[in-house]
Amino acid sequence: MEKYSFEETNILKLSRKLAMETENLQVFYGANHAMFDASLQFPKNRITALIGASGSGKSTYLRCLNRMNDRISTVKGKIIYQDTDINQKSINVYEVRKHISMVFQRPNPFAKSIRENITFALKEHGIKDKEILAERVESSLRSAALWDEVKDDLDKSALALSGGQAQRLCIARSVAMQPDVLLLDEPASALDPISTAKIEETLQNLREKYTIIIVTHNMQQASRIADYTAFFHMGHVLEYDKTNNIFTNPKIKATEDYISGNFG
Amino acid sequence: MINAKQSDKVATGVIYSFVGIVILILVAILGYILVVGIPHISFNFLTQPAQSFKAGGGIRDQLFNSLYLLVLTLIISFPFALGSGIYLAEYAKQNWITSTIRTAIEVLSSLPSVVVGLFGYLLFVIKFNLGFSILAGAIALTFFNLPLLTRNIEESLASVSDLQRDAGLSLGLSNWRTITRIILPAALPGIITGIILSAGRVFGEAAALIYTAGQSAPTVDYANFNPMASDSFLNPMRPAETLAVHIWKVNTEGVTPDALSISAGASAVLIIVILLFNILARWAGKRIYRRMTATR
Amino acid sequence: MDDIKTNLTKMTQPGQTESIKDSLTRPTKATHQDMMGKAISYLCIGMVSLLVLSILYFIATKGVATFTTNHASLLDFLTKKNWNPGMLDSHGHPQIGALPMIVTSFSVTVLAALVAAPFAIAVAVFMTEIAPQKGSKILQPVIELLVGIPSVVYGFIGLTIVVPVIRKFAGGTGFGILAGTIVLFVMILPTVASLCVDSIKAVPLYYRSASLALGATRWQTIYKVVLRAATPGIITAVIFGMARAFGEALAVQMVIGNAVIMPKGLISPASTLTSQLTTEIGNTTMGTLPNNALWSLALVLLLMSLVFNIVVRLIGKRGRIK
Repeated sequence: MEKYSFEETNILKLSRKLAMETENLQVFYGANHAMFDASLQFPKNRITALIGASGSGKSTYLRCLNRMNDRISTVKGKIIYQDTDINQKSINVYEVRKHISMVFQRPNPFAKSIRENITFALKEHGIKDKEILAERVESSLRSAALWDEVKDDLDKSALALSGGQAQRLCIARSVAMQPDVLLLDEPASALDPISTAKIEETLQNLREKYTIIIVTHNMQQASRIADYTAFFHMGHVLEYDKTNNIFTNPKIKATEDYISGNFG
Repeated sequence: MINAKQSDKVATGVIYSFVGIVILILVAILGYILVVGIPHISFNFLTQPAQSFKAGGGIRDQLFNSLYLLVLTLIISFPFALGSGIYLAEYAKQNWITSTIRTAIEVLSSLPSVVVGLFGYLLFVIKFNLGFSILAGAIALTFFNLPLLTRNIEESLASVSDLQRDAGLSLGLSNWRTITRIILPAALPGIITGIILSAGRVFGEAAALIYTAGQSAPTVDYANFNPMASDSFLNPMRPAETLAVHIWKVNTEGVTPDALSISAGASAVLIIVILLFNILARWAGKRIYRRMTATR
Repeated sequence: MDDIKTNLTKMTQPGQTESIKDSLTRPTKATHQDMMGKAISYLCIGMVSLLVLSILYFIATKGVATFTTNHASLLDFLTKKNWNPGMLDSHGHPQIGALPMIVTSFSVTVLAALVAAPFAIAVAVFMTEIAPQKGSKILQPVIELLVGIPSVVYGFIGLTIVVPVIRKFAGGTGFGILAGTIVLFVMILPTVASLCVDSIKAVPLYYRSASLALGATRWQTIYKVVLRAATPGIITAVIFGMARAFGEALAVQMVIGNAVIMPKGLISPASTLTSQLTTEIGNTTMGTLPNNALWSLALVLLLMSLVFNIVVRLIGKRGRIK
């Protein structure tokens, strides 16, 4: 692989309303420096894609945004949400995660019924009203385009769902929390093309209400659904721009090489 | 000089005969206990009190004591094992404190049960003045049971995929709720299997009990449900000889005329109960797993 | 492209935004749960650690009392052959020579391990290399069941079968080291065998394929490659078996004869540390020399179990470096 300069970057600064942003985010796994000075701004109610080769740090970065990486790494720098730096000790991470929810690469439904998968966390957060719960189940499953497939089987085990259905259930589970920001870590990478298309359709439905940040290694997917795209390379963000610019007119050599399939 | 082919044949033959001998020993042991013991198991044998100096005694009290002691032991040891298992699987950081704790648990699991029993004797029977009692016995068995149960729970928890932890945490659940409401239920089949298998070991243990629960089985009233009453069968402060201790005692003291048939019968009962625990463990583990994963 | 398109933004009331911001720093039920949960699990592990420490502490203080409070000689304890802690010898020293019991304990342990090892290895090789199908179907459950058989049952069988058979064929009473060895051998066999199975299973498959591809016979592969690679694990298994044999009390006590004299042979009555402890601790009064001397025996048992532990760890470390 060619050596690319980490000095030469093209990072878009936005003037519109932001959902969240990071300033000089650094991640260390023990002594291993995995993420360098990532500063990105995420516009509200838009889809932002994070692309890059495996090991470029895009998933690590995403997991920092709702403090899911705390358990396994040290994270330095600022993560600003609601004018607050949420990367501080005094922050209640559980509250953060109520507003910034995450869907993972492999579907991970709970070993409970489909309905309970959605209501479980809601009940934990104090929503007891049966009508509200039923409404949330239906609306979240609808927005994940799963309602028609499972509406008669809500009390069946979620583990009986196919991979694509399970992943949409996981999205519905997050959506039911009514978060501000939805983080998705390669949500379609383990799925077949039809399921992938359904997930993308789901995301298109959700963009109206949520800020979505999605990690993907599938460049077609990024170009299809994302408004903005950031390119990660070896722990550095080299380019961040509107998706259109990234794919038609990249300013950085590494980005150009990556999107034209020269590495990764 | 024999060549490679010949030595291959010879070695294979040796291995087969060794395995044959082992199987023979196993079959002989089980066969002996069951063939000699089962004829002695009768309704009377299971429901009559033991006799010290004449033949025809039963094992009613010993059998009950064993079961009662087992239940008490599990009630005491499970919460501690659960808490410790959760610590080791979920909270323990990789540092010297954790490795010291792990070493301590390993040491505890490798201590001879007679030493554990003597410690229980020293601390509870002598220092705390509990006397020979079911409670002292249950605590001694807890010491004996804790390390294995803890390790079993830790392993069961650790075998649950991290994806499930991610799922709980990403929905804003606290670590603790994620562990207790998501990880623990998913680890349940393994934990139940482990509990039942440890029950088998506790049921057959004798060395830790002879100086804690004692070697006598006073007559108790099975109709008295007041655990505070001194003659109640539920009174945890009374001495209680268990089945395993009984086998040891009638054989070493040699004053019971039909010691041989009593021990054979009691051994058969012990083995059958442990066999049942084994089967139950497999069945329960599989069943719970199926109930959790398949459709209801 | 859609920078210009104006906001379809979710309608957030100013008040709500404010409350989200505040909630980020405020403790909630979740944080309390977490603190409580942490406290519970730390408490439990603390109790377990405290338990281990107090076992070590109590047995150790009781065990050294013979030498500190009663001023008996440690050298006598380890080297003299007269065990009669209630009596003084001709020089006025208490008779606390524990050598006979130490020797007997080590004899039965080492002999049982020596007999059990080849059988355990044979069973393990059979189960993993020769007939894995039959092995896991038949031998596995049988071995698991045998691990679960209580030691008093082994002792009972020893007493009613092994001892009479020895008496018939070798003379004497039948009690002694031989009977103890046979009982312990059968007792530790399943444990050692299942640990050996684990360590052989851990040898990567490509070791075998490589060896077989080079034209080695199955036995050459097993002997020179598989067992060689599994050696640290097998030694660990045998040491675990020895630790169990050394600490076993009742099964041995039932067949060893319980005579505190230097063993004269394999078939003369003898006494191990554990058998002496179980027989005598109830017959002595707390705090007296005879009682303290027994606690010293318990301390020897405890120290030996620590030694077995350390050896297993050392092997584990060396095995990893290789």
